[in-house]
Amino acid sequence: MKKAEQSKVMWNKYKPFIWAAAAVVIYIVIMLLDGFDMLSRHQKSLLIPILVNVILAVSLNLTTGFLGELTLGHAGFMSVGAYAGCLLSLSLDIPEPFRIIICLVFGGLVAAVFGLIIGVPVLRLKGDYLAIVTLAFGEIIRSVIVNLEFTGGAAGLKGIPRSTTFTIAFLCAAITIVVIRNLVYSRQGLAIRSIRDNRIAAESIGMPVSKYKVLAFVIAAFFAGVAGVLYGQNLGHLSPSDFDYNKSIEILVIVVLGGMGSLTGSVISAIVITVLPEVLRGADDYRMLLYAVVLIVMMILNASPKAQEMKANLAARFRRRKPDGVPGGKEE
Amino acid sequence: MEFISQFINGLNVGSIYALIALGYTMVYGIAKMLNFAHGDIIMVGAYTVYVCLSSANMPAFAAVLIGIVVCSLLGMVIEKIAYKPLRKASPLAVLITAIGVSYFLQSVAQLIFGSREVSFQSIIPLGAVSIGELKISGEAVVTMAVTILIMILLTLFINKTKAGSAMLAVSEDKAAAELMGINVNRTISLTFAIGSGLAAIAGVLYACSYGFIGPYMGSMTGIKAFVAAVLGGIGSIPGAMIGGILLGIIESLSKAYISTRLSDAIVFGVLILVLVLRPSGILGKSRTEKV
Repeated sequence: MKKAEQSKVMWNKYKPFIWAAAAVVIYIVIMLLDGFDMLSRHQKSLLIPILVNVILAVSLNLTTGFLGELTLGHAGFMSVGAYAGCLLSLSLDIPEPFRIIICLVFGGLVAAVFGLIIGVPVLRLKGDYLAIVTLAFGEIIRSVIVNLEFTGGAAGLKGIPRSTTFTIAFLCAAITIVVIRNLVYSRQGLAIRSIRDNRIAAESIGMPVSKYKVLAFVIAAFFAGVAGVLYGQNLGHLSPSDFDYNKSIEILVIVVLGGMGSLTGSVISAIVITVLPEVLRGADDYRMLLYAVVLIVMMILNASPKAQEMKANLAARFRRRKPDGVPGGKEE
Repeated sequence: MEFISQFINGLNVGSIYALIALGYTMVYGIAKMLNFAHGDIIMVGAYTVYVCLSSANMPAFAAVLIGIVVCSLLGMVIEKIAYKPLRKASPLAVLITAIGVSYFLQSVAQLIFGSREVSFQSIIPLGAVSIGELKISGEAVVTMAVTILIMILLTLFINKTKAGSAMLAVSEDKAAAELMGINVNRTISLTFAIGSGLAAIAGVLYACSYGFIGPYMGSMTGIKAFVAAVLGGIGSIPGAMIGGILLGIIESLSKAYISTRLSDAIVFGVLILVLVLRPSGILGKSRTEKV
């Protein structure tokens, strides 16, 4: 066995532990920084939105990156979860860490039930139709929330207990990543990815395509709901316009920038997309333009045959220049 | 009487949807993609006409003509830059690019003109027509007349001219059309140009009917027009007409008799019902999938 291969095997063996250790280190570092008052209020206020976006992006990546179906209603599921969890928190009177945990689970479950109700009839469709129908559902959910009494209507829901802490958000993000990662690399995940790569082939060997689609859809909706509860209990108020089409697109931009089908990418790009507009003050006007350029450029670079050919040529040239590289770039 | 005037209102809105839906349907038929940016081309058309009228003081006719030309060129450029490199890529990639283009147009318009809506003086010189108690606005009359005229011209163009037959051939089978000596690239460009030109006309009619323009005017309108195209059967030109008008009537009646704020939800509910019950739409043919 070659040295390179050996180290690869070792890496794969210890990868989960390394990631877990990295997560613990990041958590401890942030807690220490906070403990010694080294974070400004502004920096602190960004921590939870970053984690919320991580959860949203990782869960959207399950349907868009791994299942290969574009859903434009992710903000709709987020809003269902947010309203369900926050309404529950208003009427629940128990000590704090338990209340938010119950609300998180409840918000997630309600969003998952909506995912199931919407997913079963709709996932027979595919491609463009599915995208437009999920967009339609997002809009329907939003206009229903605006029209209902107990959700506070267009003015929104106020006075929600602000009980999202960094620790809880961090734990939720970690659980989301672990669950989705394990799902994607499980047997079910293999089925989900096979649907993306070739639906007809998957169907022809007897794969229950609809079942797996609904499974991915419901799990993604669950975590979107959890993110919604975290979001609502962080801000203390909810308004229906927070969850419009633009929010769904923002999540999509995060997934596309990080790379569809890459969880690490989603996490990194969630951080970048959340922090960037805050760092570049005054760039807020250009944020939409930036999103648009990200979507177009990433897609053309990643999906067009010509760009891929160029990338391969470039990679081959770099490999040839390496002093110990094999000429031609191909080993074995 | 209230009902009839709401019905006519629906016909007016529906005609605009029909014009936009035509662009969706033609592009979908030929390029097999949902051109998400199509709705925003309406906005570009309306703004072009607005600029021509307000800062260059052009006559209305010339302004509309310039709007059509600008939009046609824009449609072709978008196709060349954003969609053509992805012709062999997965539909997901194309769809995401189209969303990007839609966002791009909106944000550029917002940067140039600001995000506030501005009022648009109607350029239609016709006054309101009254039949008994019923009063029909000049805008409604012109909108419906223009839509019917365009529908007739487009049907003639597709069925009687060589370029039209080429479009039909490309939408049927791209490879076979190429073997028969049809220039596929040029046909696709032409389709985008015609669709976008129609969107410019729809944009002007929209601005005249509603009296305002804004950077986001196209996004919801465009999505509703897509609903209309699906309702009528995507890929079918008379289908787009029927779907558009039906959707306009549903929307305006539900606004009048159910709830203003729920009317969007009802329109989208129609879309979901159609897709679940009859995915090929009213006039569309269902296609079997070839492996």
